[in-house]
Amino acid sequence: MTVPQHDELGVAGGAIRARLGGGLRQNGMVLALLAIVLFFVVVVRGTQGIDFLSAQNITNLFLQNSYVIVMALGMLLVIVSGHIDLSVGSVAAFTGAASAFLTVKLGWPVWAVMPAVLMIGALIGAAQGYWIAYWRIPSFIVTLAGMLVFRGLTLWLLQGQNIGPFPKAFQALSTGFVGDVFGPDKPNFTALILVALAAVAIVTSGLRARAQDAAFGTEPEPAGLFWTRNAVVVAALMFVGWKLAMFRGLPNVLIVMSVLIVLYAFVTEQTTLGRRIYALGGNEKAARLSGIKTDRLVFLTFVNMGVLAALAGMIVTARLNSATPKAGVGFELDVIAAVFIGGASMSGGSGKILGVVVGALIMGVMNNGMSIMGIGIDYQQVIKGLVLLTAVIFDVYNKAKRA
Amino acid sequence: MAAILEMRGIGKSFPGVRALDRVNLEVEARGIHAICGENGAGKSTLMKVLSGVYPHGSYDGEILYEGRPMRFRDIRDSEAEGIIIIHQELALVPQLSIGENMFLGNEITRSGVIDWPRTWARTRELLAKVGLNENPTTPVEKLGVGKQQLIEIAKALAKDVRLLILDEPTAALQENDSATLLKLLLELKEQGVTSILISHKLNEIRRVADRVTVIRDGSTVSTLARDEITEERIIRDMVGRDLAHRYPERVPQIGDELMAVRNWTVWHPDQPRKVIDDAAFTVRRGEIVGIAGLMGSGRTELAMSIFGRSFGRDISGTVEIGGRPADVSTVGRAIGAGLSYVTEDRKTLGLILDEPIQRNVSLANLAGISARGVLSRGREKAVAEGYRRDLGIRTPSVLQQVVNLSGGNQQKVVLSKWLFTQPQVLILDEPTRGIDVGAKFEIYAIMNRLVAEGRGVVMISSEMPELLGMCDRIYVMNEGRIVGELTRAEASQERIMGMILRSEGRAA
Repeated sequence: MTVPQHDELGVAGGAIRARLGGGLRQNGMVLALLAIVLFFVVVVRGTQGIDFLSAQNITNLFLQNSYVIVMALGMLLVIVSGHIDLSVGSVAAFTGAASAFLTVKLGWPVWAVMPAVLMIGALIGAAQGYWIAYWRIPSFIVTLAGMLVFRGLTLWLLQGQNIGPFPKAFQALSTGFVGDVFGPDKPNFTALILVALAAVAIVTSGLRARAQDAAFGTEPEPAGLFWTRNAVVVAALMFVGWKLAMFRGLPNVLIVMSVLIVLYAFVTEQTTLGRRIYALGGNEKAARLSGIKTDRLVFLTFVNMGVLAALAGMIVTARLNSATPKAGVGFELDVIAAVFIGGASMSGGSGKILGVVVGALIMGVMNNGMSIMGIGIDYQQVIKGLVLLTAVIFDVYNKAKRA
Repeated sequence: MAAILEMRGIGKSFPGVRALDRVNLEVEARGIHAICGENGAGKSTLMKVLSGVYPHGSYDGEILYEGRPMRFRDIRDSEAEGIIIIHQELALVPQLSIGENMFLGNEITRSGVIDWPRTWARTRELLAKVGLNENPTTPVEKLGVGKQQLIEIAKALAKDVRLLILDEPTAALQENDSATLLKLLLELKEQGVTSILISHKLNEIRRVADRVTVIRDGSTVSTLARDEITEERIIRDMVGRDLAHRYPERVPQIGDELMAVRNWTVWHPDQPRKVIDDAAFTVRRGEIVGIAGLMGSGRTELAMSIFGRSFGRDISGTVEIGGRPADVSTVGRAIGAGLSYVTEDRKTLGLILDEPIQRNVSLANLAGISARGVLSRGREKAVAEGYRRDLGIRTPSVLQQVVNLSGGNQQKVVLSKWLFTQPQVLILDEPTRGIDVGAKFEIYAIMNRLVAEGRGVVMISSEMPELLGMCDRIYVMNEGRIVGELTRAEASQERIMGMILRSEGRAA
């Protein structure tokens, strides 16, 4: 005899509560993000007389946080599989340095540098993943070692100097914008059309999921809640799109990021590959005895993480227009924090891409807003730490209440 | 005899559930009082009320202990009164020594510093009382489960126990370990310790219990005196109906040979010895084949090494399924060859507890619910719903997390997972461990249906009556070797034990 068994009604109630709880969390995260944005809009206008949601600042927000989001996508998979990667900051720095070395010192063209650097990232991920997956050395230790090793290699490769500047084509990865096929006038219609298409895609995919739920007898989310949430999301999207269209258009990095988010959301939720990663994190032994090649899967999540860290490294380097020995210091903490704020569990097996993206945006908006307000780096760290703790306490509390 | 404990009108509610409703329990001093009931009937909840896990005020009714009303705020309060509960999941720290575990939280100290000489001496005394001859400095993880149970009891003795509560103490034990434990309970009874024994094993209850209280759906159904205790009566009270037959009827329709394992030898993963030594067995279509043996005889190791080399190293031997050599070198290939293995420990090896039923059902055959790697939620749900109906998984929704299901229903989820891989041969390792009588019957019925469909079933079990009741043929294992084979007609508990004992020590 184990836990007291619920009666049928109690279990049904639990299932519905669990479902609402999951939905509430997602909705709650989006609301929290909106509330934080609103807070900064009011306070920044009040204290500095600046528009927090100016086109310039929205663009900045994306440029500043793209690398966190890109790496958080990979980190979610790592954390879902029950591991951690502390080396991503150093790996991003090293790959950034490698891109500078290849471009500036060796004069390689951009089209050759980018795949080469992504490959270096893959190799680094493979080198770490090998020990973790096949030798069962704790990922915390392997990647802690990697954090030191690749920081050292960065210093070595750069000889302690900054390397730059980069050709325009490389910088475009970060600071470039999608051109307007309809001519240079504002607003940028290409941007507006792309954003509108994205909005339509979000709503239709939501409707399709609802239709599926209904077809297979799953209790769908209440229609009111669904439409309210979609209205809020679409309004926010159109607002951001309009602002960007009136400025310089959609940043290239936003496109890269959006494509990756959609891709990873698809892989994690709709494919057997994603399902296997969750199973591995939920119960590795059961997964292995169900025919899932858990070792290889762990290895691949680290390879994937290496590639995304390399991409992030190039984005950061392109934005600064130079590779520096100090690049990427502390990135791993921002990335891991974003994943946990986004609702992933430390013990593996749970967490969603969209949650992670919202988690990263919450951290990014707070960084940006507090900097504009002129809050010192000392208080900023304290506040970010407390936000992380609060988000996780909130999760634990909700889980305890549901149990 | 005087009552040492009276629980009157105990009621306890959880959100949405009335777990206990007017339960009455009267335990006589210096006796062994058994509590029976199906999983979820409320036995453990009742014991948690008694031991203060649920503090006074969180339940209705009153507790009289040695004639005085008790209002425990926590488990320390009840321990101070000599009420000690030993949970099903043992509360020992594996890496610490026996002595350290014995006085954990209760250390023998001299001005705040642990007095090791006295700790070891006291530990030795207590170990002698429970009949263990172990070094007090041995880490607990080096001992088997049976000895760990005895250490839990010694730990209770260290706290001057007067009322000892054991929650399914023999669930994970072999027959001989169980016998030792039960003998110890009888000895303690002579020394004046009262015991409450929660158990599913009715033969044990009949052997040692002075009285039995049966609980069903959170209420007391009956309390039986020594001369009223029969298995039939207890079962009837537990399930609320007569269970005419413990094992469902089946007319065996046995076909040709379906699986053959030959010359199967497996080495221990990190010790230089064979765990399986030249084992061979066959399974025919429509046949339930049993594998009997004590714990450590190599039954699970045999099954796991065949199933995708999930145990051991330097494995040699051949497996044929359907007359052709089968590649079982990885779990994936073994599944592909038509083999399934339902693990002994469903919680740590069989299920992803935090995930819903449907995701557990599809886990071993994701290809069956996807096209080109993209999952179909609809198909997944339909498949899970199908098995819910077929196997009678009692849950309002296949989206329910399996952690919330009872043991029997969890086992049905594991079975669904393996049935969805369309196996020809299923190896079931302790398929009814830790599940209640009613659910056991259902699992047996499912097994009968599987063989009726022409599949073969291999059943590994520590419960001999179950093997005798279900199997067409029984292989007996000991020390990594198959030491005998009995047909249904030949098999009996005595012959199986005899084969085991006669083969003892013959291993190289």
